[in-house]
Amino acid sequence: MSSQPPPLLEIEDLRVEFATDDGIVHAVDGVSYQVERGQTLGIVGESGSGKSVGAGTILGLTRASNASISGRILFEGRDLVAMPAHELRRVRGSEISMIFQDPLSSLHPFYRVGHQLVEAIRVHRDVTKAAARERVVELLGLVGIPDPKRRIDDYPHELSGGMRQRAMIAMALANEPKLLVADEPTTALDVTVQAQILGLMERLQRELGMAIILITHDLGVVAEMADDIAVMYAGRIVEVGPTLALFDAPQHPYTWGLLKSIPSLEHDPGDELIPIPGRPPSLIHRPTGCHFHPRCAYAQPAHARTDPSLAPVAGQPAHRVACLLDERARRAAWAALEAGEAPAASAALSTAEDGPG
Amino acid sequence: MGRYIIRRLLWALVLLVLVIALTFAIFYLLPSADPAQLRAGRNATAQNIADIRHNLGLDKPVYVQFWDYLKAVVLHFDLGYSYQSDASVKSLILDRLPATVSLAAGAIVIWMLVGIPVGVISAVRRRSLLDRAAMTVALIGVSVPVFWLGLVLLYLFAADIGKFPLLPGANTYVPLTSDPVKWLTSLIMPWFVLAASSAAVYARLLRGSLIETMQEDYIRTARAKGLLERTVVMRHGLRSALTPLVTVMGLDIGVLLGGALLTETVFNVPGIGRLNYEAIVHSDYPIIQGTVLVAAIFIILANIAVDIVYAFLDPRVRYS
Amino acid sequence: MTAAPSDQPLLEARDLVKHFPITRGIIIQRQVGAIRAVDGVSFEVRRGETLGIVGESGCGKSTTARLVTRLLDTTSGEVHFDGREVTRLKGRELKALRREMQIIFQDPYSSLNPRKTVGSIVAEPLVIHGLHRDDGGRRRRVQELMEIVGLNPEHYNRYAHEFSGGQRQRIGVARALALEPRLIIADEPVSALDVSIQAQILNLLRELQRELDLTLVFIAHDLSVIRQMCNRVLVMYLGKVVELAPNASLYGFPRHPYTGALLSAVPVADPRGRRERQLLTGDVPSPANPPPACRFHTRCPKVEDICRREEPPLEPKGNDTRAACHFPLTREEADLRLPAGLASKRRPAPSR
Repeated sequence: MSSQPPPLLEIEDLRVEFATDDGIVHAVDGVSYQVERGQTLGIVGESGSGKSVGAGTILGLTRASNASISGRILFEGRDLVAMPAHELRRVRGSEISMIFQDPLSSLHPFYRVGHQLVEAIRVHRDVTKAAARERVVELLGLVGIPDPKRRIDDYPHELSGGMRQRAMIAMALANEPKLLVADEPTTALDVTVQAQILGLMERLQRELGMAIILITHDLGVVAEMADDIAVMYAGRIVEVGPTLALFDAPQHPYTWGLLKSIPSLEHDPGDELIPIPGRPPSLIHRPTGCHFHPRCAYAQPAHARTDPSLAPVAGQPAHRVACLLDERARRAAWAALEAGEAPAASAALSTAEDGPG
Repeated sequence: MGRYIIRRLLWALVLLVLVIALTFAIFYLLPSADPAQLRAGRNATAQNIADIRHNLGLDKPVYVQFWDYLKAVVLHFDLGYSYQSDASVKSLILDRLPATVSLAAGAIVIWMLVGIPVGVISAVRRRSLLDRAAMTVALIGVSVPVFWLGLVLLYLFAADIGKFPLLPGANTYVPLTSDPVKWLTSLIMPWFVLAASSAAVYARLLRGSLIETMQEDYIRTARAKGLLERTVVMRHGLRSALTPLVTVMGLDIGVLLGGALLTETVFNVPGIGRLNYEAIVHSDYPIIQGTVLVAAIFIILANIAVDIVYAFLDPRVRYS
Repeated sequence: MTAAPSDQPLLEARDLVKHFPITRGIIIQRQVGAIRAVDGVSFEVRRGETLGIVGESGCGKSTTARLVTRLLDTTSGEVHFDGREVTRLKGRELKALRREMQIIFQDPYSSLNPRKTVGSIVAEPLVIHGLHRDDGGRRRRVQELMEIVGLNPEHYNRYAHEFSGGQRQRIGVARALALEPRLIIADEPVSALDVSIQAQILNLLRELQRELDLTLVFIAHDLSVIRQMCNRVLVMYLGKVVELAPNASLYGFPRHPYTGALLSAVPVADPRGRRERQLLTGDVPSPANPPPACRFHTRCPKVEDICRREEPPLEPKGNDTRAACHFPLTREEADLRLPAGLASKRRPAPSR
């Protein structure tokens, strides 16, 4: 093992908490994962699962006076959590870049797109404005913006949604990062434009060899894009593994829930969807034991007391799950779901969530 | 862009005519103020009053009177004559304008120089001791009455009555053209008095606006690019956070040019506010009417200026 | 109520047009153009069915919903509800019409007043229409409705802001059901909800439709959701209907290249089904200045000269499908665009 080079990014037991007036928000709660060079890790979860906070923390964007961050984020061996702000700044936008959900609000409305890209180049590289501008034209062309020489002087509101996200990607790639963190990059876009952007990201990854962390709520997007997938729930990773393994034999009831509750073109439309009952938990007052147990159709009384940790699935060291059910029970439950049987506890299909929050 | 500005200007013209109509209505048509009677004095006969009324054109139909008034105002800026001094209102106002402009300009410079840095520091170091201290002082600044602050300053620092006679006191205004140094020293105290509450308002306003701006997605993008935090705040945050201030400042400038009545009165600065005060004391209606009209014009002009500046600041305004 | 023969569609839209004027002018505003949000749309909604309307932003699907429910006035065209022309109804007649058609909105956060109790929100339509005038009866009816949509009736006096997104959408559904409408139009009812909650609402709507014999128009941008919910599907592009087909035909053999592109673009949660996407180039043109003739020609992979000159009519293309295209997709072209799971039902999936 010692001969293998270390992964590009290695996150160990990352915790991010925010002190608020209502109590401490445990946004990220002991998350560990790795990203290899040139690979894509998909992180799937709902709002409040901690997926975006965790990703922002890589770049130190969640640093704030009310935030407490612990654990390690090793990027090529350097710990980004412990790194002082002035050093971390040099990593941001040069070695690690980020793109966001809403490209319109993510670009400054008062500055021309070209200006914002030139700024991204010149903050890390000692080049003249003219040289940076030339590079920007090249970048805009690379991401498929037609007529980049003219578009460079557009304001963000003059571009379409897809073009804006292309411009954001161009900005992220300006300094040839080794890692691109993409936080719901296509959620705000129309489906045909989403396909364009995902295709663009795939092509750029092939050409530039960067690694991608792709954060999304859409299992379809990660199925098409990711080499590995981590499923997050209530601040933790509940299941992680290679994409094929995870879709062939998903292990966690929450993953099953996501797969079976979302209409898919692969589903037979005659099948009822099997919803996940209840709603995502509060991150201030989290359920005891397994955080998913109040919504889990297979939960046992003991699951409210024991907190599961990630453990490898038998024979598949790369596929790990945090579930208290034993492996045989899991296999049987998934087989039943695949056969179209709804789990007993969620038979009352339209059961509403618990009382008002 | 050009179309936008032209539209603004035309609207301003319409507004000006409306304002002129309103002042005309208030001062010419209200029964409390029969100009002929006022002008005739106490011992006038009915014949005197009728003569005056005829001379002033007050016996003509209202719309003719308004038309004459409008023509006079628009073509010659003729606002009539003062009852007290028999000077034209126009010349009185023009005489007083430099003092008001001096007072306003200095105060604006001071409050911007104080308000903006304090607002920025408070927003960036939110909830720090510095922020709390600054906001407390600002709260006091907003609350303290101008005349009280003016009197306290005079009592402390005025050369004639002050405990620490450092600065010229009231009634020492000298035009800039005759003696720049005396002009400056005489205005220091009025400037500060006039600037105090506005500096506080601007600091608080900017603090709130900047705190809000710093939550924007594009600020996150700026940080993710690796910009220096200073650049993030000054170039990305402040640029957006200042735009609401432009609106307020435009109005404030307009209002100030209409005369800072209290400050001018306390320090006896011979500006439009002081003129207005004297006119009110003596029921000198043409002057009051003139100053009101001038104040309204300044506010309208300031508003246009704001709209135009806005279009330069925010490209999205230009677009629509 | 007029007794209409039951084979007559419940709702019929004919040549529906909505243009939002673009005005310019210094003082006097004159119209210089129009956003052609809906531009000649015809369709019918049959009794008891769910009709899906799908398309990307700016295609006019939400405007269409607002036109048929009279939340917006039509520029031209007709809407027949149960045999009556309704676009010019006013006053009492309009109010009566509103009882029969209800709309559920996308965003349960902004469409419910957070300062009102659930009880008063759901009771509001009853009050407006003067039903259940006594307080006890009205309360019973509201609690019954809350029960139907899966809310706890004891929460009658809670405020809307106390509820999560999914529960708020249930409140919106209860409000829509209060008047026992015959037609419910659901405008993107789940797109603002968390993924784990969406299925709850979708299942609720399906159940309610079955149990209450509702007719549903379901508007969404998500083809998978539409497939799950609808009997027939209307695909819109830039204010026009490009394809109208029964569910099985549309998802089995899409004929319009735009439908094909939409299907090809949907990411499928099956890593083994990864396929070469048939990507469209460019963006949706502005509805203020739509391309002439076939509006899709600027992005269409099959475009020919005639597409730029002549607008294709919406006409039968077999399989009960109507499509507006000069060169509809062939079987092979359609299969290339369908996800493996759909295409393989007809032929073996291409080996990868």
